[in-house]
Amino acid sequence: MAHSPTGLLPDRRRHDNTIYYEHVLIVCLLYVVLGQAWNLVGGYAGQWSLGHAAFFGLGAYTSTLLLLRANVSPWLGMVAGGLVAAAIACAIAFPCFKLRTHYFAMATLAIGETVRVLFLAFDWTGGANGLVLPVQRIPSTRDMLWADKEPYLLIILVMAIAMTLVIVQVERSRLGIYLRAINQDEEAAARLGIDPRRYKLAALAGSAFITGMTGTFYAQYTTYIDPFSVMPPMLSVRMVLVPVFGGHGTVAGPIIGAFALIPLSEAVRVFWGGRGIGIDQVVYGAIIVGLTLWMPGGVVALWRRRRRARLVPRVA
Amino acid sequence: MTLEIVLQSVVSGLMFGGVIALVAVGVSLIWGIMDVINFAYGEYLMWAMYLTFFLYAGAGLDPLVSLPVNALVLFGAGVLTYRLVIQRVMRGPVFAQLLSTFGLFVLLRYTAWLVFRPDDRQAQSLVSNGVLKLGELRVSTGELVAFVGSVLATSALFCFLTWTKTGKALRAVAQDREAALALGIEPDRLYAIAWGISAAAAGVAGSLVSPFMYVNPLVGDVFLLPGFAAVALGGFGNVYGAFAGGLVIGVVNVTGGTLTMPKVKLALVYLVFLAVLFMRPRGLWGR
Repeated sequence: MAHSPTGLLPDRRRHDNTIYYEHVLIVCLLYVVLGQAWNLVGGYAGQWSLGHAAFFGLGAYTSTLLLLRANVSPWLGMVAGGLVAAAIACAIAFPCFKLRTHYFAMATLAIGETVRVLFLAFDWTGGANGLVLPVQRIPSTRDMLWADKEPYLLIILVMAIAMTLVIVQVERSRLGIYLRAINQDEEAAARLGIDPRRYKLAALAGSAFITGMTGTFYAQYTTYIDPFSVMPPMLSVRMVLVPVFGGHGTVAGPIIGAFALIPLSEAVRVFWGGRGIGIDQVVYGAIIVGLTLWMPGGVVALWRRRRRARLVPRVA
Repeated sequence: MTLEIVLQSVVSGLMFGGVIALVAVGVSLIWGIMDVINFAYGEYLMWAMYLTFFLYAGAGLDPLVSLPVNALVLFGAGVLTYRLVIQRVMRGPVFAQLLSTFGLFVLLRYTAWLVFRPDDRQAQSLVSNGVLKLGELRVSTGELVAFVGSVLATSALFCFLTWTKTGKALRAVAQDREAALALGIEPDRLYAIAWGISAAAAGVAGSLVSPFMYVNPLVGDVFLLPGFAAVALGGFGNVYGAFAGGLVIGVVNVTGGTLTMPKVKLALVYLVFLAVLFMRPRGLWGR
């Protein structure tokens, strides 16, 4: 057994680090799921939602309230959370889809903030005090509560793989082609007989459903939620940034984005420690501006360009 | 709830609305001229408030005395933003334009968070603590000065847009970019000036609210979405409409909060914003 430098105490750092790495991996996979979900409506359909944190929060609150008030298992609550998020998405879709690019982005930003302000004001949601999950029941598979990280890692890994496979299927299917057609030229797509509203609605509802389910997972994992933790504007920012960094509208984009950005922000935080509160957000801001300036297509576009340059012989 | 309380809240709302109106005019200028939404606008205002605070704490300058300094520094910041970021992004895809100011928003906010910490700070001014009585109604002098200052600044901008050569050129570009280019108007220089003026308006607003508002890294939230709401009410890109929209939003914010729950007053502003976006995308006074 390894020993600490003093030689007096058994070295527990390796064990602690494992837990930390598991946590980082869970967060990475969480953002793979969120990134794929956002990508469906933002990347493929070209609807730049800046309010996806609201769906995440709705999912987290639905399952947690069901568990606390009616003792409904979070396994069911997760589906309920997804459905509530999807229902709200359908409700806002009708007016929002009339709006183009900037207007759509502003509207979703305002919707996200409205939901957050309302959840802060209501008493039945715990207001600013938030809600604590029944941690006294740990461990309980029925309540999706464990002391170890492995079960959570397994769940989010399954979700990430499933979501990626779904997106691969969507990309190959008619829906994917329609969404990209709508993204490129909505009027032309409509003239070809594609009903843009119908397919944009399908994309937004599906995206919200998955985002809501992920919200439930997050609530179960952290065992405490409040409007600041499950619906902050920065969450919406990260949900956009992850797929855009990797390359929006591609399957690999959200995976590359999540595994590049989340460890980066963790490393920055660990390196600067307590003095660096907020520094990971500064880095995110700089990355967003840099992306828009130098590589709007993300890593995937950069890689494709490089490969094409190598394949096509240079004409002297 | 008595009528006096409602009246009082309307007066307070108008005072706050004056500042929102100035913010809306600044946002609307850029939107009208180049179809870009500046998500970082509230953060300009926040940095202007910090500048005001440190000029007060370091050099003992009253926020109203340091106002011209603020306006100049922010003008420079606006021009710099255009030259370094926006000018290049304008050649790229639309989403890059949208994301670039969003990225600036995150960058400016959390740089302030990192440097200044999330503590509340406040500058003191000669007009900080006075109260004016008009019969039963009361107005704090700080808010009244902010209102009057906003009206003056907006008027100055209107005069500039109406009578100067540069102002006319700006309006020409807003009306029809292609035609303006054909007439030999140089867009890059004009855009840079527009960004400078827009940011300078945030600087003026920052000075004006400093006597009665705390500054912290999140203070931009108080102005950004209400400012957008005012821009939407006024019809996007319509600088005159934006000012009127600001006054309406101010009253919705304060009177709406008084009549319902103060905690939901921002939600009311967002809902008005959404309602206008959905039902009258050209604004209440739009064609």
